[in-house]
Amino acid sequence: MTAFLASIGRATLAILASIGAVTLFAGQTVGHMLRPPFYWREFISACMTIGYFSLPVVGLTALFTGGALALQIYAGGARFNAEAVVPSIVAIGMVRELGPVLGGLMVAARVASSIAAEIGTMKVTEQIDALVTLSTNPMKYLTVPRVLAATLTVPVLVLVGDIIGIMGGYLVGVSRLGFNPAAYLQNTVDFLEFWDVASGLVKGAVFGFIIALMGCYFGMRSGRGAQGVGRATKAAVVAASVMILAANYLLTELFFSA
Amino acid sequence: MIRLSNVHKAFGNNHVLRGVDLHIPKGESMVIIGGSGTGKSVTLKAILGLVTPDVGTITVADKDISKGDRDALLSRFGMLFQGGALFDSLTVWQNVAFRLTQTGMDKARARDIAIEKLRRVGLKPDVADRFPAELSGGMQKRVGLARAIAANPEIIFFDEPTTGLDPIMAGVINDLIREIVVEMGATAMTITHDMSSVRAIADRVAMLHDGVIKWTGTVVEMDSTQDPHVDQFIHGRSTGPIEAVR
Repeated sequence: MTAFLASIGRATLAILASIGAVTLFAGQTVGHMLRPPFYWREFISACMTIGYFSLPVVGLTALFTGGALALQIYAGGARFNAEAVVPSIVAIGMVRELGPVLGGLMVAARVASSIAAEIGTMKVTEQIDALVTLSTNPMKYLTVPRVLAATLTVPVLVLVGDIIGIMGGYLVGVSRLGFNPAAYLQNTVDFLEFWDVASGLVKGAVFGFIIALMGCYFGMRSGRGAQGVGRATKAAVVAASVMILAANYLLTELFFSA
Repeated sequence: MIRLSNVHKAFGNNHVLRGVDLHIPKGESMVIIGGSGTGKSVTLKAILGLVTPDVGTITVADKDISKGDRDALLSRFGMLFQGGALFDSLTVWQNVAFRLTQTGMDKARARDIAIEKLRRVGLKPDVADRFPAELSGGMQKRVGLARAIAANPEIIFFDEPTTGLDPIMAGVINDLIREIVVEMGATAMTITHDMSSVRAIADRVAMLHDGVIKWTGTVVEMDSTQDPHVDQFIHGRSTGPIEAVR
C-alpha cells in the first residue's frame, strides 16, 4: 500500500516538476524576446520554414475538412429541414474551431518534430556547446526566433486555412448539394462576425507559441544518440498536440462561455 | 594563465572530478591524457563554463571564471570540438566567421578573414561556400580549426582533435595545431588519448585518472617516468593500475 502511494507521489512530483520546467523555459524565452540581440536572419528563416512551407499541408487539411463538414451538416440538417444553414455553419465551424485546431495539430506534427529533431541533433553533436563558446546564447539564437516566428505565422496559416476550408465547403455545396453559388457566399458572409475570425486567429497565435516552445524545450533537453533525439521528437509532438487541445478548450471557454 | 584548484564535479552518484589541481602557464601547450570516462572532457567544459564545478575554483588570467562577464571571458577562447560541431545550416565561411559576424564585423571583411583562415589550415577558397555535410571528416576538422582561430584567441582548446581520422590526416592535423599554437603564441589545452597527438602537440603532459591529476611533466619526462599509470597508458598495456574492462 505504501509503495503504491509512493509511486503516485513520485508521478505527481514528476508532473509538477515538468510543468515547472516548461513554465520556466517559457518565461526565459519571453524574457529573451524583450532583450537584444535579436537574430533577424534566424527569424526570417524560421518564418519561411514554419509558415510558408506549412501552407500546403494546412491548405489541403482545410480544403477536405471544409468539404466533409458541408456534407455532414447537410445530412444532419436534412433531418429537420435545416439544409440552408450549411454555409453559415461551415464558416463558423471552420473559423472558430476546425481551422485553428486542425491547422495547429498539422503544424505541430510538422514543425514541433522538426524543431525538436534539429535542436536535439545540435545538442548531441555539441553544436549548442559551440554556440556558447562563440559567445552566443542558444536561447536567443535558436529558441526566440522560432517561437516568435511560429506565434506570428500560425495565425496567418489559420486565416488562409479558414478561407480554403470555406471554399472547400462552397465547392461541395455548389457542385454536390445544389446550392446557388451567390446565395452560398452571401449566407457565409452574412452570418460570420468579426470575433468569430479574430478568436480563431488568437487561438492560432497561442498554438504557434506552444508548438515552437515544445519543439525547442524537448530539443534542448534531448538525450544522447539517435534514441535520445527520437524520444525528444516524439515527446515534442505529443506535448504540443495535447497542449493545443487543452488550450483550445480553455480559450473557447474564455471567449464564448456566457 | 589557467589554474584549477581542488575542482570537484559529480553527476548524480558518478563523481567524475575528485579534486583536480592543474596549472597551465601562458603560452604553454598542455595535453591532458587519460582513459575514456576519466573526466577529461568535463575538465575542459568546466573551464569554459559549460559545466559548473560543485567545489573548487577555476581562474583564467587570475580571474575567477564564475564571476564577471562570461562573454568577455569566452571571447578569449577558441575551441576545436571532437566532431567539429560545425553548424549544419551555415556555409563553411559563415561557420568560420561566426564570432566575427556576431560581433558586428562587416560581412565582406568577415568572409575575407574566413578565407584567409581556411587557407591557413590548408583548405582552398572554393570550399568557403559549401555546407559542412559536403566535406570529408578531415576537412571538417580543418574547418573547425579555422573557426577556433578565426578571432585570434589567446587560449585554444582541442577536444580529441584526431578522433575519427586516418593516421596520415591525424598527423597533418597534429602538425597544423602545433604550428598554429606556436605562431599565435596561444595558450593551448588538448585532451586526447592519441599518443601521436601528445608527442606532436605537447609542451607538458598531465595524466588524469580517477578524477585527479596523477602526474604532470614534459614529453621527455613522460617517456622515462616510473609512474605506473603513465607507463601503462603510454604503452597501451592491458595490465597495471588502470583497470581495463575486458
